[in-house]
Amino acid sequence: MKRKTSYSRLVVRGLVYLVAVLIALWILIPIYLITIAAFSPKDVIYSWPKSLFPQTISLETLKFFVSAQYVLPSLRNSVVVALLTLVISLVIGAPAGYALARYIFRGKDIFRIMILSTRAFPIVILSIPLAVTFMKWGLYDNLISVAILHVAMALPTTILVTSSVFVGVSKELEEAATVFGCSRVQAFTRVALPLALPGLAASAIFTFVLSWNEVFAATILTLQNRTLPARLFIQLAASPLPFRFAGGFFILIPAITFMFFIRRYLFSLWGITLK
Amino acid sequence: MAEIHVESVRKTFGKVKAVWDVDLTVHDREFVVLLGPSGCGKTTLLRCIAGLEQVDQGRVFIGQRDVTDLPPRRRQIAMVFQNYAVFPHLTVFENVAFGLRMQHRPKDEIKKRVQSAAELLHIENLLDRYPSQLSGGQRQRVAVARAIAVDSLVLLMDEPLSNLDALLRLEMRAELKRLLREIEATTLYVTHDQVEALSLGDRIAVMRDGQILQYDTPLNVYDKPADLFIGGFIGNPPMNFLDGEVRTEDGRLIVRTGGGEIYPPPEASAVLSRLKEPSVLVGIRAENIETLSAPAEDALQATVLVVEPLGSHNLITMQLGPEQIKVNTDADFQAQPGQTIWLRLNTDKIRWIDKASGRALDYDVSPQS
Amino acid sequence: MNLKRFNWEPYLLLLPSALYLVFFLAWPMFQAFGLAFQADDGHLTLDYMQRMFSDVMFSAALINTVKLIIAIVPLQFILALVMALLMMERLRGSDILVYIYSIPLAISDLAAGIIWFSIFTQRGYLNSLLYGLGVLDKPFLFLNYQSNWPFAAIVLAEVWRATSIVFVILVAGLQSIPRDYAEAAEVFGANWFTRVWRVTLPLLRPSIQTALILRTILAVQMFAVVVAIAGRGMTVLANEAYRWYSEYRSPHLAATYAMFILVISLGTAFIYLRALRVKEEMVL
Ligand SMILES: Nc1ncnc2c1ncn2[C@@H]1O[C@H](COP(=O)(O)OP(=O)(O)OP(=O)(O)O)[C@@H](O)[C@H]1O
Ligand SMILES: [Mg+2]
Repeated sequence: MKRKTSYSRLVVRGLVYLVAVLIALWILIPIYLITIAAFSPKDVIYSWPKSLFPQTISLETLKFFVSAQYVLPSLRNSVVVALLTLVISLVIGAPAGYALARYIFRGKDIFRIMILSTRAFPIVILSIPLAVTFMKWGLYDNLISVAILHVAMALPTTILVTSSVFVGVSKELEEAATVFGCSRVQAFTRVALPLALPGLAASAIFTFVLSWNEVFAATILTLQNRTLPARLFIQLAASPLPFRFAGGFFILIPAITFMFFIRRYLFSLWGITLK
Repeated sequence: MAEIHVESVRKTFGKVKAVWDVDLTVHDREFVVLLGPSGCGKTTLLRCIAGLEQVDQGRVFIGQRDVTDLPPRRRQIAMVFQNYAVFPHLTVFENVAFGLRMQHRPKDEIKKRVQSAAELLHIENLLDRYPSQLSGGQRQRVAVARAIAVDSLVLLMDEPLSNLDALLRLEMRAELKRLLREIEATTLYVTHDQVEALSLGDRIAVMRDGQILQYDTPLNVYDKPADLFIGGFIGNPPMNFLDGEVRTEDGRLIVRTGGGEIYPPPEASAVLSRLKEPSVLVGIRAENIETLSAPAEDALQATVLVVEPLGSHNLITMQLGPEQIKVNTDADFQAQPGQTIWLRLNTDKIRWIDKASGRALDYDVSPQS
Repeated sequence: MNLKRFNWEPYLLLLPSALYLVFFLAWPMFQAFGLAFQADDGHLTLDYMQRMFSDVMFSAALINTVKLIIAIVPLQFILALVMALLMMERLRGSDILVYIYSIPLAISDLAAGIIWFSIFTQRGYLNSLLYGLGVLDKPFLFLNYQSNWPFAAIVLAEVWRATSIVFVILVAGLQSIPRDYAEAAEVFGANWFTRVWRVTLPLLRPSIQTALILRTILAVQMFAVVVAIAGRGMTVLANEAYRWYSEYRSPHLAATYAMFILVISLGTAFIYLRALRVKEEMVL
């Protein structure tokens, strides 16, 4: 009897592992496929049937992509926009996060709920009127305008995340600093900031990825000064397969790499609920 | 060092009166313990003195200077926080040096002071470590070292021993006592542990509901609690309180209690005779009751309910008339539940308490200052 | 509360974000409203609305969007729940699994579209695999717009890419539920399924709510995945907003589509909030 239960337990355990691994494969295999596509020479990309385990690795396709017109400038644009977005949303959002974490004040709950509900605000709605406005202001086709919109998209999350980061830094530490001679500002820069830094960096990276990935607003707000996803997107229908695959791989890789660095913060970044 | 003087300070949080009209003076180099149950406002009072909370009303003086409107860093205080608040991103050395660095002291002075503070607290071999590599007791020492390294006028400590296990606590208590004697700091020390309070303080301020109820030496607080609450809060077991009825027989004042009669000493009699109502509470500590195996003139008859051997002595719960009473006896005292025993109360040690107000009928009010 | 003691600090700290959100979130939303309901000369009009509703592509876009949401969101939810419950089993190597499971969080919809395009395209990996298995002897045209395959490819791509966010929210929620509850249920004889159904899921309600709202709102604006896989063969609402703005140069109609997307988003959020109401007294 006992034997049998432990045996069936083993089977169940085995099945659980099997499911877990299958799901992991389901996620990893498409990434693997786009990777081998990006590292295949052109003729292999056009050939059929393709080998799932290619023998030759070549940089031809990636070189072709990078040397295509507009690609390098738009790569630079993407980086500029993402960095602008990151800096602005952190500079504006972190103080608000700090306020939510440290103070009790009238209107705090309302502000929190507003932030929570704008976290998933449809970017489509912002893009079109802002495009019209930026046109009037002469900011159309300017990277700043894309960054402004990306900040609007990222700011609520930045505020929530930085607030949970600062909640994690005990208030008592800052108080101790003020007792031992710091002003409020010094207590923040000498104690709270260094301790919050890893969390803030994670939030920054997250914002970077958000901006790096964004297609719709970037496409609507720019004409010549495209970001990489926007450039790829408008050229997609007209591009040859190697261009598409290399492009897909290109926007995929930095995102995955950054994700690796913030994996410890995943749950605090996205796990915030309405309650 | 200097004295702390708190004048009718109030601090409320919404409707909660955390600190309500508190006056308190801690003399130069005195060690005062703030004692009270959880939530009575000890931490709040300490934080008001530190400047971490703004008072609603009242003034705070440190060393004759009105610091009420000064931020913490201008009050020349040092503080040990309830959860130590040792900076996790700094080494032990930098933690201890923190206050000195903020004062821009020269490097070699910082080094010397950190070294001597570390030696006082036996953490000189931990200076290169980070707090995460320390045990709770070691962290606490770092917090204390950080506080004594700076030239502060007063030292504030908020339950610094509360996070330690019992053994370490006992050890640290003794060490703290020695240390504070040595550095002669004016200290205000918060705890809700009465043993700690009794063993450490020069004086104890007992708080309840945001107010200071009694401010006196440990011995007086223990022997002569100002009211019912303090008698019940301090001491293990708490003070016994028996219903008593005051009457005069043959020109002599007696108190009927516990199914018998007791005879108050003359000073007490004088106070008791002035009572408007004839009823009084008789407060008596467990160790001030003598057990007799045979009836005697001034002894009360009681029945043993429970015997708890505690090693150094036995704690016996007895039925005395309609009430229960706890009595300490020698460890070799033999008794069985149900057995009848006679108790003699040490009338010199009795606290007579006004039933209506719960306050002690004080004929020897200790001077408040 | 006297004025001298009033603490302005938190409000000062909040001010920049509040202003930013008013200027670049609330204000554009009003402008979108204006664009959708106001002609160039300033008078109010329902013209654009009527034109949107009578547009040939409108109903296709709406139907496709709704069909995609109905196909994608439940699939994602179930898959994410399975993944999250797996994480609660304390498997060996679960650190790596968590990382792998959350990789797609960082993948853009465009990249996901391209990846799945590379799989489903005529000379793609799926055809190669089927050939290798001997199922096919010549490539099958999956992305043929007469068939349902492009739809299926989009669903797969979207499930692949965006299940992670549901997963992460659910795991965060599960971690905040003390194990005692499920263990108590186990002591009282509940089997695994009952425990999940009767204890874990009800307690997980706030997280489920958040995840579903977030997911559906993001799915309503689905865009680049669709274009990358189906090209012009299939349209969705966001795509129409984009085309009206970029190709037909009509911000008015684009804004009308955008408003429509907003209304659907708010509507679904409202429905979820009602359907999965968390009663105050049920929260410990
Ligand atoms: N920041 C605050 N906001 C609201 N109420 C507070 C705040 N700080 C303290 N209180 C309330 O004030 C009262 C006194 O709290 P305080 O922390 O001073 O108690 P304490 O004596 O230190 O208790 P303990 O022994 O548990 O530490 C309590 O009722 C507490 O709930
Ligand atoms: Mg306290």
